Amino acid sequence: MQSSRASALPWARLSSRDRRGLITGLLFISPWLIGFLALTIYPLIYSFYVSLTRYDLLRPPVFIGMANYVELFTKDAQFWKVVYNTIFYVIFSVPLSLGFSFLVANLLNARIVGRSFFRAVMYIPAIVPGICTAMVWLFLLNIQYGAINGLLQSFGLPSVPFLSNPDLAKPSLIMVAVWATGNAVVVFLAGLQDVPRSLYEAATVDGANGWQQFRNITIPMSTPVILYNLVIGFIGAFQEFTSAYLIFGVNGGPLNSALLYSPFLYQNAFQYLRMGKASALAWLLFIVVVIGTMMLFRSSARWVYYGGEK
Amino acid sequence: MSAIATPPATPRRRAALTPRELLVEVLKYTVLLVLTVTWLFPFYWMFTSAIKDDPQVYTIPPVLIPNPAYWNNFADAWGKNNFNLFAVNSVFLYALPATALTVISSALVAYGFARVRWPGRDIMFYICLITIMLPWQVTMVPLFITFKSLGWLNSYLPLVVPNAFGSAFFIFMMRQFFMTIPEELADAARIDGAGEFGIFVRVILPLTVPALAVVALFRFLWAWNDFLGPLIYINEQDLYPLALGINRLRANISATGTNALAYPYLMAVSTIVVSPILLLFFMAQRTFIEGISVTGIKG
Repeated sequence: MQSSRASALPWARLSSRDRRGLITGLLFISPWLIGFLALTIYPLIYSFYVSLTRYDLLRPPVFIGMANYVELFTKDAQFWKVVYNTIFYVIFSVPLSLGFSFLVANLLNARIVGRSFFRAVMYIPAIVPGICTAMVWLFLLNIQYGAINGLLQSFGLPSVPFLSNPDLAKPSLIMVAVWATGNAVVVFLAGLQDVPRSLYEAATVDGANGWQQFRNITIPMSTPVILYNLVIGFIGAFQEFTSAYLIFGVNGGPLNSALLYSPFLYQNAFQYLRMGKASALAWLLFIVVVIGTMMLFRSSARWVYYGGEK
Repeated sequence: MSAIATPPATPRRRAALTPRELLVEVLKYTVLLVLTVTWLFPFYWMFTSAIKDDPQVYTIPPVLIPNPAYWNNFADAWGKNNFNLFAVNSVFLYALPATALTVISSALVAYGFARVRWPGRDIMFYICLITIMLPWQVTMVPLFITFKSLGWLNSYLPLVVPNAFGSAFFIFMMRQFFMTIPEELADAARIDGAGEFGIFVRVILPLTVPALAVVALFRFLWAWNDFLGPLIYINEQDLYPLALGINRLRANISATGTNALAYPYLMAVSTIVVSPILLLFFMAQRTFIEGISVTGIKG
């Protein structure tokens, strides 16, 4: 800390006012600073070191270089399956949740009676304990006595093996994710309510119809919020744990078809006690999330419109 | 949308809707109704399954209104499985201490980022923000090893103590609130000779009680809902929080044979654990929405 401060801000060059400010400021943020060093930076580096070792918590770690990474990429067939599952999950759940919540937010932003009730309905799945909703979905999707299949059967339709068919396991998880996307709805709705009314009034005077207004006012003015929800959704989807782990168990359902990255990592760390491999997995995830997020921000220069910011 | 806002044909009286507008209105509410029913159905199923007996659970077509209703399931599922203890653990060992520490530390740190001017502040804040993006998986193993070596496994310390160091998300949230308070108020206190800490405690904090409530609400909620944290650190059953208690009940449902009343009990306990959150939400709906909106929009 001392050295970085000295190189970035030579103490001697600061005015006495700046010095006082610096000390006060650092004192106020010191809890975070200590936490940042002890609970973020140190574990981050330590994690990288552990990823270069074989470590089962019982015996001391053995340095094995890149062997964990090499094993993952070349020998571990399950790893590629998990990567495929996770990318599948991210690619479908993020845009579906985003598009769905944007449309719902627009619907709620229209002149309707009972807006806060409908908003609450959309939001509640996002704030109640994930374990409770996972338990209900586990039950709802059950092939024999789940409500969804029960209803299908009573209409004379064939039942759907949501949980036991490898092709349907991931879509089932995606369905649960879309159901729990209320956070994005609330954020979108707040963003929509910030769009100046005058823009719509001017457009109406110019004879623009509803669709044209949506296309040329609502969407461009919402792009900063779309970016925000996209980044949050992207990061969150890569890290999804609770619903996947609870609905499909530690092995990720039939043929590991719903084994997502985080449960896989958890399984390696705490069931097989393979701390080295788990840390290598964590670092790979970290790199992918950072690159992905950077690409989203990069691309945003082309499609995010900040002109409307106050 | 504004197509619906029709120019009044006859002043003072609401204009009658044209057939097309009427269609739009009907369509809108139909979609909302379908969404509402679909979205609430899992909760309805949770609640009604909680008051079924096994024959009702395994009936096809599904029983939508259990008759007779077994209200005793709530008390039985809760009482027979030690959930009073789990609730006490969740609230007093985890949620309350974590919330208290988060509120204090996040307010303190956010103040340093929002209202004290110092060189390097914006860079530091930027770094703080970036940590929100850091996947928890990266620090999971080293923190586990560290807390293990401290002898903190099977205790709530690993889940509570880190809150004393602030959480980037809540620091960001508090900072957004602090930024909206006019500087003049602090300046007046400064002229009266108050130090920065005095200004923080006596001038700014009282003005940000609603913001502190938002932070407290969300932190409490996260602790109440947390499953992964306790799953990693808590093994002893007497220390289980609610989430792990439910997870244990889930084991009653297996491929080889399901215990008697496994589903009703699981649903009964889930219903009870969900209800305080629903209650909290409807009591503090504005606080919730405000918190989400503030952090979301100005990001």
